[in-house]
Amino acid sequence: MTNENVLTLSDITMQFGGVVAVNNLSLDVGQGEIVALIGPNGAGKTTVFNVITGVYEATNGSVTYKGETMLENYPGFKMRKTYGGSNAGKYTKRIVKTPDVITSVGIARTFQNIRLFKDLSVLENVMIAMHMHLKSGYFSDMLHMNRTEEQKLRQDSIDILEMVGLGSMLDDQASSLPYGQQRKLEIARALATKPSLLLLDEPAAGMNPQETLELSHFIVEIRNHFNLSVLMIEHHMDLVMSIADRIYVLNFGELIASGTPAEVQNNKSVIDAYLGANEDA
Amino acid sequence: MNKPGSTKSFQNKLERHDRKTQIVADLIVIVICLAVLFLLDSVLDSSSMIFVVLKKTAVYAVVAVSMNLLNGFTGLFSLGQAGFMLIGAYTYGILMIPSGDRASVYQYFNGGIVKFSLQEVFAGIFGGNAGVGMFFGVLIALILAGVFAALFAFLIGLPVLRLKGDYLAIATLGFAEIIRALFQWNTIGGLTNGSNMLRKFPSFDSIVAGWAAGCPFVAAHIPFFSTLLPMIIAAICISLIVMLIHSSYGRSFKAIRDDEVAAEAMGINLAKHKMLAFCTSSFFAGIGGAMLAMFQTTIQANAFKSSMTYEILLIVVIGGIGSVTGSILGAFLFVAASEWWLRFLDTEMVFADAGTKTGFSVFAIAIVVLLAALVIVKNRGKEKKDFHRIAIIASAVAFIVIAALINYLLSPSMNVPLLRSGFRLVVFSLIIMIIVLFYRRGIMGTRELNWDSITAFFMKRRNAEKEGGEKA
Amino acid sequence: MDWSVVLPYILSGISVGGQYALIAIGYTMVYGILRLINFAHGDVFMVAGLMMIYFSASMPMYYSIPLMIIFTVLLGYAIERAAYKPLRTAPRMSIMISAIGVSYLLENLALYVTGGLNQNYPGIPWISDSITIGGAVTKRVTIITPILTIVLVVALILLIKHTKFGMAMRAVSRDFDTAQLMGIDIDKVISVTFIIGSFLAAIGSLLYFTNYTGVVPTSGAMPGLKAFVAAVFGGIGSIPGAVVGAFIIGICENLIKGLDSVLMVNGIISQQFGFATFSDAFTFVLLIVILIFKPTGLFGEKQTDKV
Repeated sequence: MTNENVLTLSDITMQFGGVVAVNNLSLDVGQGEIVALIGPNGAGKTTVFNVITGVYEATNGSVTYKGETMLENYPGFKMRKTYGGSNAGKYTKRIVKTPDVITSVGIARTFQNIRLFKDLSVLENVMIAMHMHLKSGYFSDMLHMNRTEEQKLRQDSIDILEMVGLGSMLDDQASSLPYGQQRKLEIARALATKPSLLLLDEPAAGMNPQETLELSHFIVEIRNHFNLSVLMIEHHMDLVMSIADRIYVLNFGELIASGTPAEVQNNKSVIDAYLGANEDA
Repeated sequence: MNKPGSTKSFQNKLERHDRKTQIVADLIVIVICLAVLFLLDSVLDSSSMIFVVLKKTAVYAVVAVSMNLLNGFTGLFSLGQAGFMLIGAYTYGILMIPSGDRASVYQYFNGGIVKFSLQEVFAGIFGGNAGVGMFFGVLIALILAGVFAALFAFLIGLPVLRLKGDYLAIATLGFAEIIRALFQWNTIGGLTNGSNMLRKFPSFDSIVAGWAAGCPFVAAHIPFFSTLLPMIIAAICISLIVMLIHSSYGRSFKAIRDDEVAAEAMGINLAKHKMLAFCTSSFFAGIGGAMLAMFQTTIQANAFKSSMTYEILLIVVIGGIGSVTGSILGAFLFVAASEWWLRFLDTEMVFADAGTKTGFSVFAIAIVVLLAALVIVKNRGKEKKDFHRIAIIASAVAFIVIAALINYLLSPSMNVPLLRSGFRLVVFSLIIMIIVLFYRRGIMGTRELNWDSITAFFMKRRNAEKEGGEKA
Repeated sequence: MDWSVVLPYILSGISVGGQYALIAIGYTMVYGILRLINFAHGDVFMVAGLMMIYFSASMPMYYSIPLMIIFTVLLGYAIERAAYKPLRTAPRMSIMISAIGVSYLLENLALYVTGGLNQNYPGIPWISDSITIGGAVTKRVTIITPILTIVLVVALILLIKHTKFGMAMRAVSRDFDTAQLMGIDIDKVISVTFIIGSFLAAIGSLLYFTNYTGVVPTSGAMPGLKAFVAAVFGGIGSIPGAVVGAFIIGICENLIKGLDSVLMVNGIISQQFGFATFSDAFTFVLLIVILIFKPTGLFGEKQTDKV
């Protein structure tokens, strides 16, 4: 294999009508890395996640996962005129995959605004994420002829929940959990899909410094335990700087800097656009 | 820490006894129900309304639960139920009309193109045994009714399931109307008998009559058996749906209802799962339609209008969207109220003498005044402008009603006002509007009546008492 | 091609199309503002017909017509207030179920009051007179309908485009919550929408039942459904779209009714094919087609979802 990167984005452009949300972005995530995607609000970060997971179809560019092209597109005739046509000849195919297919190959994601199954229990939320691993067919499932498999699914879900620290509230309704634990449940759910690449969208949003610290340990721990690679959108700089191996900085849909935390921290354009001067280094 | 823990340990204990105890408890309940039904048969006249109500409840319960599966558990608002019931009913009818009766039923179509009936085919296979033949005939006919309905659902679902919310509702409504037109089309009358009705196929009553012919015990308890039959079929269908809801696929349906986008992100293929829910729901709606045929003894495509779907929807709402128990209860209440309990509202009644009439009128006027006063007093706290408006409307309405009552009092008529044919349905519709407006969650909301909820209820009671005792 | 056979069908198609249009506008306006399919609208149309029958039995025409219109408008207003307003914050399904409930109630009330018997619509002077066009005999209402419809529609569009209140209506249609925040009196806008819709339905019923003179409790269900399909076909929320859709449906369904005769007269088929059964179903075929290929309708706008 020439490319040992888990994920590669090439020349990704996402255009909604006249608005260019993401412009010509290329990034990659190496095996076992924790990569962070930062930038001001509205910079296009969640849009990037949506493109990777197949929610949006990119206007141009390709997404490659473990060497296989998950998404590829090129601008249609109309778009080519507005878009300018650079890189126009590079992509010629149109490959689209729905989000569930993306998840099934091993890319899992969490959402910026928590999207738990509110009316269902904590355990059910995770067991649903296990559904895609079900080997038995529809009829044997309906007729409860697969009780052994169902038991295993249940136990695996309980294991993940205990690992995340939610083992004592299995039957509680998801919406009744405090905010921090809802975020943990989101992650637990994503882990249940048995991913190789985990996309975390602002996992520390709304957390205090103590919780953020615990989360940073947690992310490293699951990365090691499950042999994952992580791509993370975050605004909490302490979290980013402490655990990220590399950082990409986005502003108005464009990549303005990338590199190690130290490099990015001292990059002038990043400071101007986003970070501000470091008062207490 | 202790309170949740103690409930949990009790629940764990319950789960360990669980399987065995629950099954025993379920069996006991079933036996009790059978005993009650048997008792009703012995005590009541065979033409008593309760038997008709119970039979129709069984039919509507199946369809209501199937609609709830789609609507309440998967979140797909479909209004096509009547169409699938129609397909199921006609599949059953077409396959089960005895060959000897075909010529008279299909009189405009040369006896129709289907020349056999399933019960005769199976009787032939089993050496002329009509009883066995009927059993397999009905069984296979019911299954095929569901299968054909599911098949149509598959075809319809392909274009329609990706539509959102309201659009899905009207698209399915539209398809149901197209199906209804199709089954009335005289050009395919050789199969469907066109706009004429299908009849002479085995019904609940006729099947039991067949049993009675060979068995005196059955003959002595015909109402019991003819009510038992649809209830058994309904029990099997509903049990299957409940099992589905408690399976992994059932969970994925609920996930789709709660948040489609998240469900897809969790690896659930929306198109496939929606189609599964749609086809399964339609399968049981088809069986429900066949059961309706067995209940009504005749079926006609024209009767399967969108209003039938609306009735099922109202049943689901009354019982609680998302509750199977609710749908069953709702079906019973709906059928009982519309067919039985409110029947007296349709019959004209006459006052015995002028004294009774005056008494009634005065009583009615008093009630109106009281209600108007209640409304006004209850809204006393609102802003002046609102309050004035409400007071004026309430007074005006009361005034009109009282004027009408006085007019009636002075007239020579001795008939109780309002009570005549059709009033029952008016009252019924008003009750439904009240439920829809004030009791949106229905009777059961999303709760179910099962052993877990019953023990949880008593546990709460016990804990509350304990706490009260400790505090004292 | 023998046009004289086709002409009566085209004429009745235009006529009924205009009547559907008047009903369809009510649907499309309400849906545009409340995202509600007002299932009860068709039944309001039917009740207007019944009201006309009862009023004209005891009053001269020039009283009964305005009275019928006033009471129909009151009915539409009352339904909105009693059955829809309380559910404005409820999930969308609840309010649709309420609409179905109101429809059920109205039909049962009509059944109770009329005893289920077919009621005969009174002949309204002048418009129900017979006239001849191009060899086909029809009622004058056939010509009046499209003209009146277009006049009313133009008036309505002018109202919406050039008055301050019309702007408020458009704002609420675009973004309900923001319009409220901008200080627009939502209740008033919604009430006026229902009033206009009911007014048009009343006029529509006047024209429709002059043509198809029998009124039964279910007389409103089919025209209502078809009018709604017309609204979806033309693009929900678009008034011109609803009108165009209604005329297309009216003409096509009548052509289908006559298709057997037309084809037979012209020697294309030798035996009745039974198309007429599908004249109603055609509307739904049209619905399915538009929902599959262009769900936003002919003149509708595309909407993107944010994730």
